[in-house]
Amino acid sequence: MAITKEDIERLADLARLNLTPEEIEKLTGDMETIINYSMNKLNELNTDDVQPMEHVLPVRNVFREDICEQSFDREDILKNAPEKAEGCFLVPKVVE
Amino acid sequence: MEGSFLELTKLTALMAAEKIRKREISVIELTNAYLARIDELNGAIGAYITVCAEQALRQAESVQKKLDGRENILPLAGIPAGIKDNICTRDVKTTCASKMLDNFFPPYDAAVIEKLSESNVVILGKLNMDEFAMGSSNENSWYMPVKNPWDHERVPGGSSGGAAAAVASHMSCFALGSDTGGSIRQPASFCGVVGLKPTYGAVSRFGLIAFASSLDQIGPITRDVADCALVMNVIAGHDPLDSTSVDIEYPDYTTFLKNDVKGLKIGLPKEYFGSGLHEEVKAKILDAAKAYESYGAIIEEISLPFTEYAIPAYYIISSAEASSNLARYDGIKYGYRAKEYSDIIDLYKKTRSEGFGTEVKRRIMLGTYALSSGYYDAYYKKALKVRRLIFEDFQKAYQKVDVILGPTSPVTAFKIGEKTANPLEMYLSDVYTVSVNIAGLCAISLPCGFDSKGLPVGMQLIGKPFDEGTLIRAAYTYESNTGKSGVTNCGI
Repeated sequence: MAITKEDIERLADLARLNLTPEEIEKLTGDMETIINYSMNKLNELNTDDVQPMEHVLPVRNVFREDICEQSFDREDILKNAPEKAEGCFLVPKVVE
Repeated sequence: MEGSFLELTKLTALMAAEKIRKREISVIELTNAYLARIDELNGAIGAYITVCAEQALRQAESVQKKLDGRENILPLAGIPAGIKDNICTRDVKTTCASKMLDNFFPPYDAAVIEKLSESNVVILGKLNMDEFAMGSSNENSWYMPVKNPWDHERVPGGSSGGAAAAVASHMSCFALGSDTGGSIRQPASFCGVVGLKPTYGAVSRFGLIAFASSLDQIGPITRDVADCALVMNVIAGHDPLDSTSVDIEYPDYTTFLKNDVKGLKIGLPKEYFGSGLHEEVKAKILDAAKAYESYGAIIEEISLPFTEYAIPAYYIISSAEASSNLARYDGIKYGYRAKEYSDIIDLYKKTRSEGFGTEVKRRIMLGTYALSSGYYDAYYKKALKVRRLIFEDFQKAYQKVDVILGPTSPVTAFKIGEKTANPLEMYLSDVYTVSVNIAGLCAISLPCGFDSKGLPVGMQLIGKPFDEGTLIRAAYTYESNTGKSGVTNCGI
């Protein structure tokens, strides 16, 4: 199946990436090669009666008692923030 | 001085620990020897992104103080180790070899780091890797590519290329790597060292920066099999902070260091010896199979018919999980933030476009494609169904045999730049390793000789879930009978 530049642009928007025209060009070719190879290969198999396997372990939710415990200091958590003010992460205005 | 430093860094963890216990060497001397070695070689090899010299020496002094006058000393006490840079270390920069995390100082230690510290291991620094562990050659590091210590024009493998190269060139006594599709085993094989990918759930992933959460595992890269067992004793175990960590009794892995494979049934999957496998690698693996037979093992040909579907399934599943995991890098709470932006969406986009490298963007795009509406069933769900078929392949095989033997990689270390133009070709080189992650099994790569260029060849033993013990026993038997063909003579 063909992958177009428009497909790549739409996906980049979903993935929150800005791509240069060169990146779009290269990715269009790479993705088409990789996806066609992968899907042609996998579609050789009839998997109608196979259950998908997300995880090799029988994963289930792990609960714990709801007990208050010492957590991180606010300063420790904010230390890596690109911008901060008054004990909060600083972001551009998101509501009008 | 130089000479004695070199001698100290040649010791395995087991040997060095013995000298520390007998007070023949101090932890400070040993740490200094490694720091000198790093000073001398890291510029050429590029194994470390961050060297924690001061911190390591402080830790060495404090460990030595703890050991002084004490009889009961933990097996790895005072041993200097390197850590792959996707494992969080408190207040030590942890970058994933990405511009995105070039300024990230984790506020906590990964579970494995806490365990190493409790065992009095000295941490030398953070090891280079492919960006976010995506790659098979270590050429995707934002900082610099790692060179193979055996031949500086060649790659060390990836993504734990810095870890394997550091252990092979004696810049760390052992290292922790991570393995999502072969990232411990393939570089171990390219660099002539031992690398173990533990069973999914055996080692806590708490504090391992996620690539593909259903596939990632942390594991040891060591000089020999005994060291591998020693490190596993420290890192394996249940952790309530990792909900996929399995709560069972973990054995003392050193009890499997036995030169005995009598009656052990070893399967050779015919699919692992087909076209694509380099003749010289094939010859070495078949030699190893013969050797096992001579030690009393029973060699049997088996079939894993879904092998050829592992690569496409792996790249769809791992990229899908990666695109989801890497959504967190948005320039808000930590990591890189673009300098100029018009609004929040523009901030996200510019941050991510400037912060991620080419391969990471490619995987995010692949994963976004596989998970996007209209394609989810055809791509992602299809890959998950094939995952079950591959899982069942192994279940059937383990009804016949105890362990599976094959190559780790179809080739030995290739030249830097040789495969970068064609991403699909690079992906296909992971053919023998990805199935193990897809099925959640354990596997070890250990050196089994050299090709005609003098490059190390690695063989892979694949075990049943939580049967690392059998891998260690089989690997130890081979190593005891053949001598260590890896690190001891890499010539630098």
